[in-house]
Amino acid sequence: MDSPPDTASMNSSSPTAAVPPRRLAAFVAHPAWGVFSRSMAAIVGGYALAAMTSVFCAVVWTGARGQAVLTGMLLAILAAAGAALWAFATRSAVRAWMGIALPTAVMAAVAWLLGAWT
Amino acid sequence: MKNGFRQSMAWLHTWTGLLVGWLLLLIFMAGTASYYREEISRWMRPELPRSTVSTDAAAGRAVQFLQASAGQADTWFVTLPQPRNPAMTAFWRNPEALADPSKGRRGRFGNATLDPASGEPLQSRETRGGDFFYRLHFDLHYIPVMWARYLVGFCAMFMLVAIITGVITHKKIFKDFFTFRKDKGLRSWLDFHNVSAVMGLPYHAMITYTGIVTLMIMYLPWGVKVAYPQDEAAFYAEAFGGMSEVTTVAEGRATPMPIAQLLDNARAHWKGQDVAGFSVTHPGAANAVIDIQQRDGRRLSIDTPALRYDMVSGRLLEQTPASGAATATRGVLYGLHLARFADWGLRALFFLSGLAGCLMVASGVVLWAVKERPKHAKRGRIGFGLRLVDALNIGAVAGLPIAFAAYFWGNRLLPLGMAERASAEADVFFYAWGAALFAAFLWPRRLMWAWQLYIGAAAFALVPVVNALTTEAHLGVTLRNGDWALAGVDLSMLAFGAMLALCGRRMQAWQPALSAAEKKKRAAAAAASASGARA
Repeated sequence: MDSPPDTASMNSSSPTAAVPPRRLAAFVAHPAWGVFSRSMAAIVGGYALAAMTSVFCAVVWTGARGQAVLTGMLLAILAAAGAALWAFATRSAVRAWMGIALPTAVMAAVAWLLGAWT
Repeated sequence: MKNGFRQSMAWLHTWTGLLVGWLLLLIFMAGTASYYREEISRWMRPELPRSTVSTDAAAGRAVQFLQASAGQADTWFVTLPQPRNPAMTAFWRNPEALADPSKGRRGRFGNATLDPASGEPLQSRETRGGDFFYRLHFDLHYIPVMWARYLVGFCAMFMLVAIITGVITHKKIFKDFFTFRKDKGLRSWLDFHNVSAVMGLPYHAMITYTGIVTLMIMYLPWGVKVAYPQDEAAFYAEAFGGMSEVTTVAEGRATPMPIAQLLDNARAHWKGQDVAGFSVTHPGAANAVIDIQQRDGRRLSIDTPALRYDMVSGRLLEQTPASGAATATRGVLYGLHLARFADWGLRALFFLSGLAGCLMVASGVVLWAVKERPKHAKRGRIGFGLRLVDALNIGAVAGLPIAFAAYFWGNRLLPLGMAERASAEADVFFYAWGAALFAAFLWPRRLMWAWQLYIGAAAFALVPVVNALTTEAHLGVTLRNGDWALAGVDLSMLAFGAMLALCGRRMQAWQPALSAAEKKKRAAAAAASASGARA
C-alpha cells in the first residue's frame, strides 16, 4: 500500500545518473517533485475546482438564487474529492494539472459570460 | 500513476490517512463523545436536580422568573426542559441603556439556569460539560476558531479522499467484511482496519461528507459572493428563510395570554409535536410577540419549524416558510451529522459507529507503522519517520483516552470555587494529553503502549469511584433511582476502562510473529535435536 509512486512517469532521467554540473537538473527531476506537484494539484487545484463549481452552479442553475448557491456548495465538495483522486490516478503530473485546470477554466469562463464578477 | 489505478489509490489512501490521522482521531473521539453531550453535561453538573414537570408548568415558571428578574428586557429566550436535559435555561437581552459596559459586547445579556419545578435559579459548578467535546470536535482549542475550522475541514477532505480511495483499494469488500485472521501480526491489523472501516462504511462516508456540509458556507463563500455581490444577509434570508425580524418598538402595556395556552395553540398547529423553547420580543408590552420553536426529535432536518403569535391576543402572525429543495437537503445532511433526532437506541448505534470510526483511524495509523517496521529492522535501526509515527501513534491512540478520562477527573476534583474553573477543566485535558505525548516521544516502545493503555484503563475505571467519593450522584444513587442517563455515563467509563485494560494486556503479552525462515530454522533445529536424541 505504501509503494512509492512510480518514478518513470514523472521524470525521464534517473536522478542517480546525474553528475555535479547537472545537479540542478537532477534536483528538479527528483520524483518527489512529481508527488509534490500532484499534491498541489489535488489540494490547491481541487479547491479552485470546488470554488468554481460552486460559482458555476450559483450562476447557471435555474430557479431560486439561494437554492442554486447551496446546490453549488453541496456539489463542490464532491468535485474537490474527485479532483484529488484524479490528481493521483492519472498518468502524469501535467495531466493531473490539466484535468483540474481545464474544467475550472471552462466553468469560470461560462460564469463570467453569464455575468459573474461584473 | 503508472503502476496501476488501484496501486495509486492505495498509495493515496495510505498518505492521506496517515498525514491527518492523529488530528482526525481527536476529531472522531470528540465527535463521538458529543452524541452524549447532554448526558455528559448533566453528569458534570451533579448539583442539578432531576425533576420532571410538564412543559407547560415549566414554561409558566420560566415566564414568572423572567417577569420578576428581567421585566425590563427587550427579548427573552427560553429553552424548555427535555428528557435529556431536565434543567431549563433562560437568557435575555436588555435595552442599550441598561447594558453593563464592563462586560463589553455581552453587557446587554443576562442568563440563568432554572429548576423547572420551582422556577428558581440553580447554582452548579462552573463547567463546559459535554459542550467542551462538541466544540473541540470542530473548533479545537487554544487556537483561533476560524483557523481551527479550516484545519478541521482540511482534515475532513483528506478523510473523504481516504474513504473513497479505501473503497477503490478493496478488491473484495464483501468478503473482507467477514474476514478476521487473529494473531497474525500485520494481517490481523489489516483485517481489523478493514472490518472497522467496512462495517461502518456508510456511516463513515455519511459523517465525513455531512461534517464538511455543516461548515460549507464558510469553506466555499464564492457562490454567495457572486450571486449576492452586495448583500450577504440577503442570501441567508433567501436560502434559510425563517421568519422576518421583529422591527417594531415596544408600545403600551398589556397582560399577555397565559403561556400554556400559547404553547397549546402551537402544539395544535403542529398536530401534537412538542415545543423546544420560545422567545418573546417586547415582553409585557401591548405589541409583544412570541416565537415558538418546535422540538427537534421527530425530523431528520436541523431546520425546525417555528410559529409567531401575538402574545396578547394569541393571533398567529407568521410561520417559517417551506424551504427549497437545496435548503431541505442541507438541513437533512446537517441533521444527520448531529443526530438530534435519534432516540436512545439509534443514538447508541450512532455512538458505536463513531467508536468504530475511532478504531478505523487508530488501526490505520498503527497499520502504517506495522508495515514499515520490517524495512527498518532489515536496515538494523529505526528511522526517524517510523520513530515519529510510533510516538504520535502512542500519544494519540493510547494517550487521548487518558486525556478524556482526565477531563472527567478535573470536573470532580478541581475546587468548586476556583476562578476560570471551566477553562481549567479543559486545561486538565490538554495537560494529560501533553504528558502522554511527551512520554511517547521520549520512549516510543511497545511497553509504552501497554503502560499508557493501563493508565487510561485505570483513569476511566476510577471515574465512577471518584464520582462516588465527591458527589451524591454516583452509581449507588443513580442505579437505584433508575436515572439511566447518569448511570450510563458511569457505566460507560467502567466499560472503557475494561476495554483499555484488555488492549494493554494484549500489548504487553504480544510476541513478535516469527518469519517463515525463522520457523523453518527452528523446526529444523527441533528435528535435528530429536534425531540426535534417537541416535
